[in-house]
Amino acid sequence: MSKSIGKSGKSEPLIRTIKRAELPKNRALALRLAALFLALIAGAIFILSIGNNPFAVYTTMVKGAFRSKLAFQGTVKIMIPLLITSLGITLAFRMKFWNIGAEGQIIMGAVFASYFAIFHGDMPHWLLITVMIIAGMIGGGLTGLLPAYFKAKYNTNETLFTLMLNYIALNFVVFLREGPWADPTSPGYKKFAIFPAEARLDKVFGIHAGWIIAIIVLIVVFIYTKFTKQCYEVDVVGESQATASYAGMNVKRIILRTMFLSGAICGLVGMIEVSGNAGTMTEGVSRGVGFTAIIVAWLANLKPLSIFVIATLFSIMEKGSSVVESTFGVSEACADVLQGIILFFVIGCEFFIRYKFAVRKKGGKA
Amino acid sequence: MDFGMIIIFIAASITSGTPILFGTLGEIVTEKVGHLNLGVEGMMAIGAFAGFMAGYTTDSFVIAILAAFLAGALAALIYGILTITFMANQNVTGLTLTIFGVGLANFCGHFARKSLGVESLKLPENITAQMRAIQIPVLSDIPVIGPLLFSYNPFVYLGIIIAILLAFYFNRTKRGLNVRAIGENPAAADAAGIKVTKWKYINVCLGGGICGIGGAFTIMIINKGVWISDCVNGLGWISVALVIFASWNPKKAIFGAFIFGALRQLKYYVPSSVGIPGAIYDMIPYIITTIVLIMASVKNSKKNAQPASCGVNYFREER
Repeated sequence: MSKSIGKSGKSEPLIRTIKRAELPKNRALALRLAALFLALIAGAIFILSIGNNPFAVYTTMVKGAFRSKLAFQGTVKIMIPLLITSLGITLAFRMKFWNIGAEGQIIMGAVFASYFAIFHGDMPHWLLITVMIIAGMIGGGLTGLLPAYFKAKYNTNETLFTLMLNYIALNFVVFLREGPWADPTSPGYKKFAIFPAEARLDKVFGIHAGWIIAIIVLIVVFIYTKFTKQCYEVDVVGESQATASYAGMNVKRIILRTMFLSGAICGLVGMIEVSGNAGTMTEGVSRGVGFTAIIVAWLANLKPLSIFVIATLFSIMEKGSSVVESTFGVSEACADVLQGIILFFVIGCEFFIRYKFAVRKKGGKA
Repeated sequence: MDFGMIIIFIAASITSGTPILFGTLGEIVTEKVGHLNLGVEGMMAIGAFAGFMAGYTTDSFVIAILAAFLAGALAALIYGILTITFMANQNVTGLTLTIFGVGLANFCGHFARKSLGVESLKLPENITAQMRAIQIPVLSDIPVIGPLLFSYNPFVYLGIIIAILLAFYFNRTKRGLNVRAIGENPAAADAAGIKVTKWKYINVCLGGGICGIGGAFTIMIINKGVWISDCVNGLGWISVALVIFASWNPKKAIFGAFIFGALRQLKYYVPSSVGIPGAIYDMIPYIITTIVLIMASVKNSKKNAQPASCGVNYFREER
């Protein structure tokens, strides 16, 4: 390290950051809503700058997500994977284990589930679905367990490890599609076989039963995070591994267990998407949901019920954008831009909940 | 492969590795100062669009590169404000930047095409000619050495020059050493009088700018100057992987980029009768990177590891 020293820090900076006492809940909520409002204004300026009426675009977006039964079903279909993945990631994040690998866990869950759909499609429907659910969860769980093992044992950086696993999983699927698992009956372009009817999730009220699974996962994760000793341990490990060890907790085991659960929930998403949504395996099964879910979980402060709310808003925005595209002729990427703008504001606002700026007063004291 | 093919293969690998080299160098600059920016993909996309439009309207290669750099730096500035000043979570902010950046580039491309009323956006011939492989009279004609050293588009040379400059910056200059000190231990650096915030901003923006140039490569060389959506197509994520592979060292990044480039090209050169599926070639860089990551942590080596404070925001009051 260099010993060279710049100007010595004698004078206090003009503006400095200090920690706030904890804000009351309603003030924090008010701050978040204000940030959302500002973000909508910034988004409106963006829409104006491309020559569209922001009010019209915003209303179309919200209406578009609900305008017909079909549109509403579309919104729910977008929401199912996002909600479940966010819930899965939450477990890891509470442990301050930065699981960026939901994409890979979803993909591997889908692969494990697809194995039974493609090669054992002659099982009775309910047995097959059950086996696929379990397989999907094991596939995702094992994918989560791998980085957890190296984190627990050698303190390997989990952000980068899980990120790499996403791409390994993705290419693994391409490998399966082009070779061992290619549909022999499909001429030319290689793809996975369409699943037999036995391997498809049933429809309930016109939407595949994934929504029921999503509600179950939501309730289970809510209870798990709120009332169980296991999740209390997760929170302690997240706060400080040293404290956890001192309190006699088996930190390694907690890391492994939590990451298996986190990955298993994400793997379940893979199963739902191939069985309920696509009806076949594709390498695009995760479609970036694993990344969006990280943001959803974070914005929701890792609280299951807030995740439900935020995932709903995101799904409305995404579904609505496709309607905006057809109505106003702007690109569908509009959703990503608006999402980005809103996120930047909300992420920025978290700062004002925890900290505040202090301006130096005369005499150097703040 | 005969000898001539091997030469062509090496040259193709170097070209193919160059956009990843830019992304990697940008991310190294960012991580050296303690910030893990997962927005590389987004910054490259924004750089790609800005570079493309600047080239489209001014017909100048140099201005296109500058615009790509500036746009990447501006995108990184958003990340910088949120993570440095507002101390937001680096993972979340970086991912948001990727979603935003890729979306913005796709959106603007669509918008430009519509408002100009054209089917496809294509760079004018003059600028396309400027970014073709430079043919230096005499030198490029030397057998073997000519195609290996003097047959590339200007991006390749620019990438190598930037890598060498960065290696010099981090190892030989006082500023660079200060920056590394910030990345390892910002509190100590602050106590030693180094302006932590200022240098974090400078490095984060510089890193973003370099990523932006990499984005321009994707549209100008890979897509031959025709605008398409999602033009960066995952190269940003490979760059993040390469940072680990290069163990945060700009010089190693050069070789790493060419190895990754070679792996991306290999599938077109190895006869299919060898029987290695294409997906395996694409998977290898990530597998090797994972192994490197594990090895570094098993050995617990401080020398080839991520800067210690990377991913953790610095809060002065808590030092």
